[in-house]
Amino acid sequence: MTTLGALLLRDVRLSVRIGGGALMGVLFFLIVVTLVPLAAGPDLALLARIGPAILWLGALLASLLTLDRLLAADHDDGSLDLVLMGRAPLELAVATKALAHWLTTGLPLVIAAPVLGLFLNLSPTAIGAVMLTLLVGTPALTATGLIGAALAVALRRGGLLLPVLVLPLTVPVLVFGVASANAAVVGPVPFGTPFTILCAVTLVSLVVGPFAAAAALRHGME
Amino acid sequence: MFSGLGFSAAAGEILAITGPNGVGKTSLLRTIAGLVRAAAGSIEMDGGDPELTVPEQCHYLGHQDALKPSLSVRENLGFWADFLGGGGMAAEAALDAVGLIGLADLPTAYLSAGQKRRLSIARLLAAKRPVWLLDEPTSALDVAAQARLVELLRGHLRAGGIVLAATHGPLGLDARELRLGRAA
Repeated sequence: MTTLGALLLRDVRLSVRIGGGALMGVLFFLIVVTLVPLAAGPDLALLARIGPAILWLGALLASLLTLDRLLAADHDDGSLDLVLMGRAPLELAVATKALAHWLTTGLPLVIAAPVLGLFLNLSPTAIGAVMLTLLVGTPALTATGLIGAALAVALRRGGLLLPVLVLPLTVPVLVFGVASANAAVVGPVPFGTPFTILCAVTLVSLVVGPFAAAAALRHGME
Repeated sequence: MFSGLGFSAAAGEILAITGPNGVGKTSLLRTIAGLVRAAAGSIEMDGGDPELTVPEQCHYLGHQDALKPSLSVRENLGFWADFLGGGGMAAEAALDAVGLIGLADLPTAYLSAGQKRRLSIARLLAAKRPVWLLDEPTSALDVAAQARLVELLRGHLRAGGIVLAATHGPLGLDARELRLGRAA
């Protein structure tokens, strides 16, 4: 098996085993989205209007929740040292870890979104729009979070630092994700305008994230 | 950390790095492994694979065992063998060499400290790399496992490998000593 394939398989296995984080994100997402209608009251029109925003907010917080262990766990048990000594370029190794993270936490959120959309009285069009924007936007959340995870390891400060570092970077994803979902439902902007910007944000973070994270890890070795 | 340090090791040679606590034995090994950047000086390797850097041709056995408790013994070893380049013993043979073959399907969480140490030693056998950097390799090992480790080291040296081991106790091998000390 190839080097990176082995890393991907291991990380996916780890997160679906006991103690892994795969289900944690989805459960958190479920909790946030079920509580909102209870808190906001039974106004169906209101729920339909804020629904896309609630789904996006839940997805963002759920993916932040699982990011802090992305590299810290490997650092704590010494695995990261060996990853640094591997023959695969560090940029590709961290990108592979990010891919495994997205497959086990981002993708389940996309899949869960239609069911939770029903809780929020979303129309089929709105559900489709939210799913599509989440599918495009959650990789950006993982890629920007990767930078924060690497910095938290490099600076040897976990916990609060990661959300503080990552949240500003995720704001454009949230803004354009919600904007395009809303544009699909109520307008007046055509769906394509914010959605194209969301795609651009994702592409930029997919390129910048692994390089920035690898640079942070290398710098942190000193 | 340290200065005025120069040494070389030939193929088939074992170097025991000794010295008091905190003198920099681990840092020296981590520098060679490329995990700490050297402020000055260089590390070179003659006759290695010219396509690879020095750290890519080294095995590093640190204080931590780099094992995931929720994966089985076989999965942990298989992953590192694939990731570190393979080319060594088959996983079964490596597990047999460290005496863990009977536990291959057990989650690593159930292993004792000494068994985990043996599993991470099996990693050195399953992926073939010429230089072994061992930091306190005998810690947590019982007498029988230590003897087994000495045999594995002998085998590696006979095949032309190099071993650099930071250690306090005697290794049981005819090792050249590199004593780190504080400058007078």
